[in-house]
Amino acid sequence: MTEAIVATARWQSCAIVEVATRTPAIKSFFLRLSEPFDYTAGQHVDVRLTAPNGYNVMRSYSIASAPSDSKVIELAIERLSDGEVSPFFHDVAQAGDTIELRGPLGGHFLWPRPANKPVLLIGAGSGVAPLMAMIRHRKASGEPVPVALLLSSRTWGDVLFRDELLGLERSLPDFALALALTREPAMRRTDFSRRIDCRMVADVAGRLPSFPGCALVCGSNAFADIAADAALALGLEAGAIKTERYGA
Amino acid sequence: MVTRGFTGRQSGSEPSHRIPPGQHLVDNFPVLTAGPTPRIEPADWTFTLKVGPRPVKEWSWSEFNSLPRTKMTRDIHCVTSWSKFNTAWEGVAVDDILADAGLSAPTPFALAHCYDGYSTNVPLADLAMGKAMVALKYEGQPLPRDHGGPARLLVPHLYFWKSAKWVNGLQFTERDEAGFWELRGYHMYGDPWNEQRYTND
Repeated sequence: MTEAIVATARWQSCAIVEVATRTPAIKSFFLRLSEPFDYTAGQHVDVRLTAPNGYNVMRSYSIASAPSDSKVIELAIERLSDGEVSPFFHDVAQAGDTIELRGPLGGHFLWPRPANKPVLLIGAGSGVAPLMAMIRHRKASGEPVPVALLLSSRTWGDVLFRDELLGLERSLPDFALALALTREPAMRRTDFSRRIDCRMVADVAGRLPSFPGCALVCGSNAFADIAADAALALGLEAGAIKTERYGA
Repeated sequence: MVTRGFTGRQSGSEPSHRIPPGQHLVDNFPVLTAGPTPRIEPADWTFTLKVGPRPVKEWSWSEFNSLPRTKMTRDIHCVTSWSKFNTAWEGVAVDDILADAGLSAPTPFALAHCYDGYSTNVPLADLAMGKAMVALKYEGQPLPRDHGGPARLLVPHLYFWKSAKWVNGLQFTERDEAGFWELRGYHMYGDPWNEQRYTND
């Protein structure tokens, strides 16, 4: 799928309207756009921080909120102790501060359009953020597309958006949730207590009513490779498997 | 706009004249790939040079490896904002590929094509005159699979999405035709020093 995205993504100043602690390591920052834009679930923004002497740094963060809420976007930021930007967000930034960002960006890792076949989502840690935008979009739009999410986290307490996901599993038709905890026993019969592997991906794909039309994978490079190879082993074409990698 | 409370690292030890605006230095070598990592055995690998739709020459792995070798040590810059200094590469300069095919300056533009369906556009002026190569080794070792092995394009002076992994051909074109990321919102040229990240930058 190719989407021509030629809009100018201008830098804009956005007020932080709320900060929410999501897990011990992840906080959500809700930013009010001064120039609201339309976006597709899966896209990201670039955030720029500038020091008094003009020194600046830039990082990309996926939008976790659904496009229907597009005046305020949610960024879920994990604190990396050796980072330069995430410790600023966690330790310094607060509601009322202004942050520069530009978006929407990225024309590949997108909720499928048209979404007419089941969608397999596979994420690890804060990598669930763009997938959450897709699930929230699926709920808000009422599109009758079956979705399965396999989400790997260290512990039950580290599962980003855990309570919302558990609620959606009960309330949203055709949404299957499987949590893989890598450092704790599984809490639910339908969850896993190990690192991702081919068998796990096949099990979760099997919870969809029919074979998925695509798989969207977000996480570290090592995680994304295992998940993408597992999706290939399922029988998905390489072109139907999209990965968003942190890089490291 | 100054961000309240942000000072950043600014250690002063990094030679800032080597870091383009908006970039930061990393020691590791991050991997960013839009899909599964392809598996290509050297025995199955070929490289095809085309002018427009017309194939001009095709090389097998052993034929390609017998072309003259070039070494380059360069700083590289990824559009996701990391830069890495002094990366050491060995491969075949685009000039030597063209010479072996008996071509000099076929057309002003080219598209690199890859095993995973990826493509990216680069002007001839940025490929020739020793500026770019098809890299076969990184830091003296065969190119790892997740960094594009067995072969990737290396155009180190442009954002690194132009250095296409798993490359299997160069197609010369009359017009500057957008490749994979260029069709998806990224800049047609991608000069890090002018921060040409996205379409209209």
